[in-house]
Amino acid sequence: MAEIGIWEASMPNPALLSGGLSTAATSVELLVVVGYLLVALVVGLLAYRLTGTDAEDYYLASRSLGTLVLLFTTFATLLSAFTFFAGPNLAYRQGPEWILVMGTMDGILFAILWYLIGYKQWLIGQQHGYVTLPEMLGDRFGSTRLRGLVAGVSLFWLFPYVMLQQMGAGEALVGLTDGAVPYWGGAALITVFMILYVGLAGMRGVAWTDTIQGLFMLSVIWIAVAWVLSAIGGPAVAAAGLDANNPTFLALGSSFYTPQYIISTAVVIAFGVTMFPQINQRFFVAESAAVLKRSFTLWPVLVLLLFVPAFLLGTWAAGLGISVPEGANVLPVLLGEYTPAWFAALVIAGAMAAMMSSSDSMLLSGSSYFTRDLYRPFVEPAVTADREAWLARGGVVAFATGTFLASLTRPGTLIQVGSTAFGGFAQLTLPVMVALYWAKTTRVGMLAGIGGSQLLYLSHVFLPATPVAIGGTTIPLFARTYGGWDVALAGMVVGAVLTIGVSWLTTAGVDEAAERFAVGAD
Amino acid sequence: MIQMNPSLRAAGWLLAFAVVVAGAVPWFLWGNSQLIGGLPLWLWWHIGWMIVATAVFAAFTRHGWDRYLGGING
Repeated sequence: MAEIGIWEASMPNPALLSGGLSTAATSVELLVVVGYLLVALVVGLLAYRLTGTDAEDYYLASRSLGTLVLLFTTFATLLSAFTFFAGPNLAYRQGPEWILVMGTMDGILFAILWYLIGYKQWLIGQQHGYVTLPEMLGDRFGSTRLRGLVAGVSLFWLFPYVMLQQMGAGEALVGLTDGAVPYWGGAALITVFMILYVGLAGMRGVAWTDTIQGLFMLSVIWIAVAWVLSAIGGPAVAAAGLDANNPTFLALGSSFYTPQYIISTAVVIAFGVTMFPQINQRFFVAESAAVLKRSFTLWPVLVLLLFVPAFLLGTWAAGLGISVPEGANVLPVLLGEYTPAWFAALVIAGAMAAMMSSSDSMLLSGSSYFTRDLYRPFVEPAVTADREAWLARGGVVAFATGTFLASLTRPGTLIQVGSTAFGGFAQLTLPVMVALYWAKTTRVGMLAGIGGSQLLYLSHVFLPATPVAIGGTTIPLFARTYGGWDVALAGMVVGAVLTIGVSWLTTAGVDEAAERFAVGAD
Repeated sequence: MIQMNPSLRAAGWLLAFAVVVAGAVPWFLWGNSQLIGGLPLWLWWHIGWMIVATAVFAAFTRHGWDRYLGGING
């Protein structure tokens, strides 16, 4: 259940976060955050002036994003609050091995999937003008039901994920203002801002602010490293402290970082993120193949540049004997100790920026799934483009309001659902890959593969673990891990086997169009 | 480029990617806690490996990318 730890860690206790900041510092911090929000709004309005009312421009910026913007918009969206809060917390408590998980997962596995899934989808999207993954699959398999299923499954796992960003942002504002802004006020402010922003700007505005935020995060984290290192006298000092405080931290591996854990986490998350609506939709938006190639090449270096410093800061905090109260975040505490208050504020602003960029991307993509793949096919097939654009904005308001209301209750079980969102999305990946590369895949095979793996995974997420005696040994059925391996991996295998096996046994309907996925060299 | 058997070339890329994935975590340094410049040796390995991965990816975009998806058959 180690994944849960990440999610708990990303939910700071505001009362603990806020300790020790003076009133003057609080107003400096507020200025920094408000300044950021204003910059983002200006960018959004500029993008709005360039945005047409048609869906392809609103969602995909007319498929015109260049390398820097595509790279950073995907990157910023991928991160959420993980870089600044949860990642360093994990490194502080368990050691820096998460750098390896992140590098393998984001830097390498995701890059390979970027080619295998992303580039293939881009090619198909260029030919047939698809805007979403469910639309692409529904059209290929001549199945509105498949389209609705993929959209529904995606929105289901997206809900807790958006909610958790609002919770994180709300709590960060409480900490920032020493409780002057209550939790609900912070969450509401962020929600309103996200709705306004996404409603106005569309993909182009979101991508532009993501780029600003990505560059901002990257700069801030390296300045933080330089600052802390010069204050303590170099990494060897922190390492010596670690040797005394947590001698096991520097050795590779631990009872927490087992090989099973490292492999499960890297594989499940890497495959899962490709099916996140906000990530998957970005596969359609590149201006040219050259843009996708450059992004693919730069990916490992970018991951290295961001995660190594962020997680090392958390690790060093443990070596420096920084005391972090249960539930608080290590990075603000560490920076509060070694850097001026305004700089610590800048880092919190960076974390909020990350949460915002994740949320507005998720809302934008979620709304396109809702309008194009659920509303249009099932409710009003003849909807006009203009009306659809307004429905998308309405969908954003409804979804964000729903997640906001759910975030107010702060239910622990939903945090667990949030932690499993990656696994839920990962169940979609292998059936989609089979469909992309195997022309004999059938509609029934897809429905079986996606439905079967989701049922298996959902049962393990929501049913309590039940010990079952099999052949003299007791096995905990419905546990999240079996022998240290995440059950999501088993679900992925089941999804692939069902998709292939059922496709093998069934014949394609006349309305299934395998040639739609044939591109170039095929 | 010298002419190469297409399936041999594909197998070569497959092998290259498998090696890049497998080496990202330095399994052979499991339990090792040696420090160099205040950072664990295994972290240096990972940093170096990610740079190697970038080099392999760069080579792939130049010589492999279009061969397998979207481009002309080679």
